[in-house]
Amino acid sequence: MIEFNGLLTATVFLPALGALVLILGPDNRFFSRFVATIVAAGDFVLAILVFSLFDRTDTAARFQFLDQWVWISSDAIKSTYLLGVDGLSAPLVLLTGLLGLCAVLASLKITLRVKQYFIWVLLLQTSVMGVFTSLDVLLFFLFWEVELIPMYMLITTWGSGRREYSGMKFLIFTIAGSAAMLVAILGLILTQGDQALNMMISLESGFGLMPSGGVISLSLLFWLFFVAFAIKLPVWPLHTWLPDAHTDAPTAASVILAGVMLKMGGYGLLRINVGMFPEHIHSFAWILMILGVISVIYGGVVTVRQTDLKRLVAYSSVSHMGLVLVGIASVGASYTYVSVTGLTGAAMQLFTHGTITGLLFLCVGLIYDKAHTRSIPQLGGIAQRMPIVGIAVLVAGFGSLGLPGLSGFVSEILVFFGAFTAFPVLTVVAVLGIVLAAGYILWMIQRALFGSLPDHLSELKDADRLECIPLILMIISIVIIGIYPSVLTDVFNSGLEPMVSVINNMSVINIGLLGN
Amino acid sequence: MNFNDIYLLSPQISIAGLAILTILVDLVVARKKAVMLIALIGLIVPLGFALSLVYGFDASNDVLGVDSSSILSSSFSLSIFSLYFNFLVLGALAIVVAGSSSYVRDAGLPVGEYFGLLLLSASGMMLLVSAENLITIYIALELTTLPLAALSAIAMNGKSTESGIKFLIVSALSSAVMLYGMAFIYGLSGSITLEGISAGLSSVPLGTDSYQQYGVLLGVILLLVGFGFKLSAAPFHMWVPDVYEGSPTPVVAFLSVASKAVAFALVLRFFYVGLGDLDLNWVLLFAVISAVSMSLGNLLAISQTNIKRLFGYSTIAHAGYILTGVAAMSYVGDSSIGVSSVLFYLVAYASANLTALLAISQIGEFVGSDEIDSYAGLSKQSPFLTVALVISLIALIGVPPTGIFIAKIYVFTAAVDSGLMWLAVVGVINSVVSAYYYVRVIRVMFRSNDNSRNTAKINTGVLVKLAIVVSALVTVWLGTMPSWVMGVAEMAAVSLVNVVN
Repeated sequence: MIEFNGLLTATVFLPALGALVLILGPDNRFFSRFVATIVAAGDFVLAILVFSLFDRTDTAARFQFLDQWVWISSDAIKSTYLLGVDGLSAPLVLLTGLLGLCAVLASLKITLRVKQYFIWVLLLQTSVMGVFTSLDVLLFFLFWEVELIPMYMLITTWGSGRREYSGMKFLIFTIAGSAAMLVAILGLILTQGDQALNMMISLESGFGLMPSGGVISLSLLFWLFFVAFAIKLPVWPLHTWLPDAHTDAPTAASVILAGVMLKMGGYGLLRINVGMFPEHIHSFAWILMILGVISVIYGGVVTVRQTDLKRLVAYSSVSHMGLVLVGIASVGASYTYVSVTGLTGAAMQLFTHGTITGLLFLCVGLIYDKAHTRSIPQLGGIAQRMPIVGIAVLVAGFGSLGLPGLSGFVSEILVFFGAFTAFPVLTVVAVLGIVLAAGYILWMIQRALFGSLPDHLSELKDADRLECIPLILMIISIVIIGIYPSVLTDVFNSGLEPMVSVINNMSVINIGLLGN
Repeated sequence: MNFNDIYLLSPQISIAGLAILTILVDLVVARKKAVMLIALIGLIVPLGFALSLVYGFDASNDVLGVDSSSILSSSFSLSIFSLYFNFLVLGALAIVVAGSSSYVRDAGLPVGEYFGLLLLSASGMMLLVSAENLITIYIALELTTLPLAALSAIAMNGKSTESGIKFLIVSALSSAVMLYGMAFIYGLSGSITLEGISAGLSSVPLGTDSYQQYGVLLGVILLLVGFGFKLSAAPFHMWVPDVYEGSPTPVVAFLSVASKAVAFALVLRFFYVGLGDLDLNWVLLFAVISAVSMSLGNLLAISQTNIKRLFGYSTIAHAGYILTGVAAMSYVGDSSIGVSSVLFYLVAYASANLTALLAISQIGEFVGSDEIDSYAGLSKQSPFLTVALVISLIALIGVPPTGIFIAKIYVFTAAVDSGLMWLAVVGVINSVVSAYYYVRVIRVMFRSNDNSRNTAKINTGVLVKLAIVVSALVTVWLGTMPSWVMGVAEMAAVSLVNVVN
C-alpha cells in the first residue's frame, strides 16, 4: 500500500521550498531572482525527467511514479497523499515545468517588490503541479484551492488597468467554482463512499456502473464538477472573468494563467467528468458539444473586434478552449465504438494552446514593455524594429490558426476528426472557428507587425538575449510537436485509452440491455 | 470528598491558585514583567496535572481505578472529552498570555489584575467543561464570564468601558434566560445532574399533548437562547461586534477562542448527555441557527471598515459553521462524527483566530488604529506580521493548507452524513462570500502606503513573536497533517458518546 518514489513529490514541492527560502531569505532583488530562476529551472528538469522516464510500453502500469502515504484517516474522512502520473498528466507536468521557467525568465526585469512577486509565482507553480499529479480527489481539491490567493495577489499588485476589479472578479468566479466542486466531493463521499476519493480505484470503471447511489444524484455531481471546471476552462457563458483577468495581469501571470491554469479546467473535465462519469459524459455529450461550439464561435467573433493585443489573445483563448470541449464531446458518438481520437485532440489542444498562447502573451508583454502600448491602432510595422519578436508572433499566430507543421494543427485536426463521428453538423459549424481564427490572427499580424512604422515607435528595441530564451524554448516546442506529434499523442493515447474503453464497455452493456 | 477527587480536579485547582498567586505577586514585586512570566511559566503546573491525568486513563475510561464520572458527589466528571477542552483552554491561554506581554505594558493596563483575571476565567472554563450538574454549570459559567467582562473594561477608556458594561449586561441577561430554562428542566426531571435529567426526562410522555411535553420544549428553547448568547450565534449576536471593538485585542482573542470553545463543549454535553434520550427534533433548530449565523455574519462583515468589528462578524459566521457539526450530531445517535468535527473545528479556529488577533493587536498598537485602511503598506513595515495575518486570513476563508480547510470539509461531511446536505451547501456558499472580505484585508496590507504616515518597521517582542509563530504553525500543521488531532478529537467524541450509551 505504501509506495514512495519521491520524484513527483520533489517536482511538486520544489517551488514551494523555493518560496520558503525566499520568505526567510533577505529582501534582495538579485537573491530573489537567482533563487526563483534556479528553482524554476530545477523544476523544469524534474518535469522533463517525469516525462521522459514515463514508461510508454504497452505493459506499463497506468499510473507511474506513485507517492502514497496515509494522509487523513478518521471515521469521517479518509484520504491519501497520492501522487502519480498517467499518460494524460505526464505531458501536462512537462508543460507546467516549461511555462513555469518561461514565466520566471520573463519576470526577471520586474522591479516592484521582487521578493514577494517570486514567492507568489513559485507557490502558483506548486499548486498547478499538485493539481496535475494528485490522484486523490481531496488532495486534488486542496491544490486546486491553493492557487487562488497567489494569482489574486499577482493580478492586483503587479497588474495594470482595473486590476483590483479584475483580481476580485477572478477570485469570486474561481472560488464559486471551488464551492461547486466541494459540494460535489461531499456528494461523492456520501453516495460512493470513501474509496471513491482514490482516483486509481474510481477511474477503474467510473461511477456509472457502480450499483450504489441514485442516478439523479450522480448527474447532479457530474454537473457540479462540470461547473467548477467550466469556469476555469472557461466555457461560455462562464468566461467573463478571463478577458479582464488576462488584460490586467502582469505578463508572467498571463502566461501561467493561459498556459497552465486554464488547463486545470480541461484536465479536470478529462480526469473527473470523463473518467469517473462515463455514463453521464456519454449521454450529456451533446450539451458539451453545443457549449463548445458556442464558445468557439462566440470567442472567435468577439476576438475579431478587439483592438487591445492582450484582450485579443485572451478572447482567442475562449475560442480555443471551446475546442477542448468539442473534442471531449466526441465521446457522445452513439452506438459506435467511441475512439480515443477526440479526447487525444482535446488533451493535445490543452498542451499546444499552453505553449502557443504562452508565447503570444510573452510577445505581447515584450511589445508592451518596449512600445508602452498594446493598442493595435497605435502599433504598426514593429517587425522592422523587432524582428525576433515579429518572428515569434508569426510562429505563435500561425500555430494558433492551425497551420500544418506547427503544433496547433495537430490538435485541431484530431479534435475535428473525433467530433465529426459524433456530431457531424455541429463539427462543421465549429470548423468555422478556424476561419475566424485565420481572420483575427492574420489581421492582427498585418496591422501590428507590418505596414509603416509610426514616428513615436522609431526608437523601438528588439528583445535582448535574456528575453529570447523563453521565446526560443516555446518556439522549439511548437515546431517539434508540429513535425513529430507522436511524441505527445502516444503518451496522451496511453492515458486516455483506459477511459475510452470504460465508455465502450458501458455502451456495449447498454446496447445489450436494449437488445433484450 | 477524598484525595482522588482533588487529584482529578487538580488542573482547575492549580490554575485558580496560580491566578491568586499572580495577583499577590503583583502587590509585592515592582518588575511587572516578572508577574507575566510567573503567569506564563506557572501554566506548566496545570498542564502537567492534565497530562498526568491523560496518561492515567486506562481502557475502561477510569483514572487510577477511581470512578471519574462523579467527582465531589456528582458535581464534576472527568473524561477525555473534558481533558481535550482543558488542553485547548490551556493552549489558548498560554498563547494569549505570551502574546499580550507587550500589549499590557504599552497600553498601561494593570498587570496583576489583567493576568489574574485571565487565569481565573480560564479556571472557570476548565471547570465548565467537566461540570456535571446544573449548579456547578451555572457557577462555572459565571466564573468564566465575569472576569472576561472585567477584562473587557480594563482599558478604562470610553470604548472599553462601554464594551465591558455591554458584555456584563448581555451575559447577565443570557444567564437569567438560561437559569429559567434550567428551572423548567429541573422541575420536570426532578434532578440536577445531567445523567439524572436524562433519566428523569425519559419518563415524560412525549408526543402526547401533555403539559410536561411543552414544559420540556420551553425549557430546551430557553436553554438554547441562553447558550446562543455564549456561542455568539445569530440571532443572539448583536453584542459581539461592539464588545470586540472596544475590548483590548488580546482579550478579544481569548474571548473569541476559549470562551466560544467551552460554550460549545457545554452545548454538546447538555444536549448529548442531559437531553440525549429526549425524542425532540431540535436538529432543525440547530441547523436553522447555524444557517442564519453564517449567512448573517458573513453578509454583515462585508461592509465593515474596522478590523475588530470585522472579526466580530467573522466569529459569528464561524459559530455558524461549527453549529453545522452540532446539528449533525443529533441525527446519528451512535456516530460521533458530528461531535468530533466540532472538536476539530474548534482547535483549527482557535489557532487561526489567535494568530490573527495577536497580529492585529501588534499592528493596532503600532499604527494606532484598527481601521482596515490604515493597514496599507504593512507588508513593508512588518513582513513577519503580514505573513502571520495572511496565513490566518486564508485559514479563516478555508483555503488550504490550513486547519480550517480540513475542518470545514470535516464539518460538512458530518452534515452530509446525517442528511443535512442543504446545510452543507449553505455553508459552502457562505465560504465564497467570506472570501470577499478576508481577501480585501490581505490586499490592503500589500498596497503601498500612500499618505506619508508612519512607515517605520514594526518591532515585535520575542515572546509575542513566539506566540504568533506557534499558533500559525499549528494552523498549517492542522492543514497538512491533521490526522493526529483528528484522532484525539475522535477519542474525545467517543468518550462523550459512551457516557450516553
